Amino acid sequence: MTATVPAGLRTGMARPQPRGPLGALVWGALDRRPDEVDEEVRAALVTAARTAVASGDLLADDDVQLTLFVLYELHYRGVAGVDDAWEWDADLLRARGVLEAAFEEALRDRVEVPADVAADGRSVADALFALTAPGPGPSVARYVGRRADDDQLHEFLVHRSVYQLKEADPHTWAIPRLAGHAKAALVEIQADEYGGGTPGRMHSELFARTMHGAGLDATFGAYVDRVPAVTLAGVNAMSLFGLHRRLRGAIAGHLAAFEMTSSLPNRLYGDGFRRHGYGTATTEYFDEHVEADAVHEQIAARDLAGGLAEHEPELLPDILFGAAACLYLDDLVGEHVLGAWERGESSLRPAAAAARRAG
Amino acid sequence: MTAADGARASVREDPAVPTVPRIVACPDGPIVVRGDVEIVDDRGRPVPRRRRTVALCRCGGTTIPPYCDGTHKANGFSTAGC
Ligand code: FES
Repeated sequence: MTATVPAGLRTGMARPQPRGPLGALVWGALDRRPDEVDEEVRAALVTAARTAVASGDLLADDDVQLTLFVLYELHYRGVAGVDDAWEWDADLLRARGVLEAAFEEALRDRVEVPADVAADGRSVADALFALTAPGPGPSVARYVGRRADDDQLHEFLVHRSVYQLKEADPHTWAIPRLAGHAKAALVEIQADEYGGGTPGRMHSELFARTMHGAGLDATFGAYVDRVPAVTLAGVNAMSLFGLHRRLRGAIAGHLAAFEMTSSLPNRLYGDGFRRHGYGTATTEYFDEHVEADAVHEQIAARDLAGGLAEHEPELLPDILFGAAACLYLDDLVGEHVLGAWERGESSLRPAAAAARRAG
Repeated sequence: MTAADGARASVREDPAVPTVPRIVACPDGPIVVRGDVEIVDDRGRPVPRRRRTVALCRCGGTTIPPYCDGTHKANGFSTAGC
């Protein structure tokens, strides 16, 4: 019998090109085994992380966001050529901790969190539905549905690929950290995300089929070099919330907001691809999400977020923070992408720049 | 009993055995169906069911009947008077 794991999923993500001094230093360390890296380099990692977060807009900082993305990937499927032992290397984690602390602080500074919400399931669900209510303004979904040209559809998939090819994984970290009603709700959603036990129905695999349908490489990380910091920040926030038990409220709220802003946009995404003549194999991912996420949003808002707030009322502010952060980061990506498209430019980093650095 | 205890008790009252089908009427939204329930059309033909838990539209606005597609959030559907 042949292996059922697609070739692109067998090994870790190919290492992207570093985007600054921090990335260059970290990659240099990761080239070796942890026991081959001396104290001087180890100390330099933390110093470089401190320097990298000292100034500028962290959410748009390519060096910081790409480095975080690669460091987090050590906890998922790994990075090609990087020793697995790095995942729990204390000095590397210390450097990552510096980036994470600054990233979390930036998010808490900038994200507006609803106040005065009671810690009962109904109030929490109502607050989340109000927060995620569809607005009349411009959106990537409307643009993709009605106006995007074929190149822009490809760009849209490239942005999405850094998350959707590992869809659901960051939220799965929360399962052992929850109990009771909220845990059961999360498992119910995640089981559906993972295809209910059928590999070909896993949402990550449906997305891979969409990419193939559009003639794109569906290997995880194939396009990381093209993806700007702001898109990576959205994925990094999920990993940050998912990997820290302290932030279990935030990852639950994040999933709720994610599911609650999915059904209607996915209909429009599907419309965009149908408009350009793509068939059902390519649009199935979007069609599946229209139906699935209309279920998931009810479970996520009421049973997961609402249930968690009832079990652990002290987590309520973080549940709302995670939801608001999800929407905030999604808006930042939307502004970036629509801004570029309205100017007639690409929303991706130039392929040439990525290739030049590779040389 | 404190207010927090009361909130927890309401969660604990959920039937623990999942074999009993359960229907949840979501405020301002669909009807969520969990468990072994046959969903058929008006001629008794089974409606394709792709997941264990489904949401049935009750706002009338969905584009994928009988399932909910989230349209109720855009068409002002309210269960307040139901
Ligand atoms: S109840 Fe959701 S679309 Fe009708």
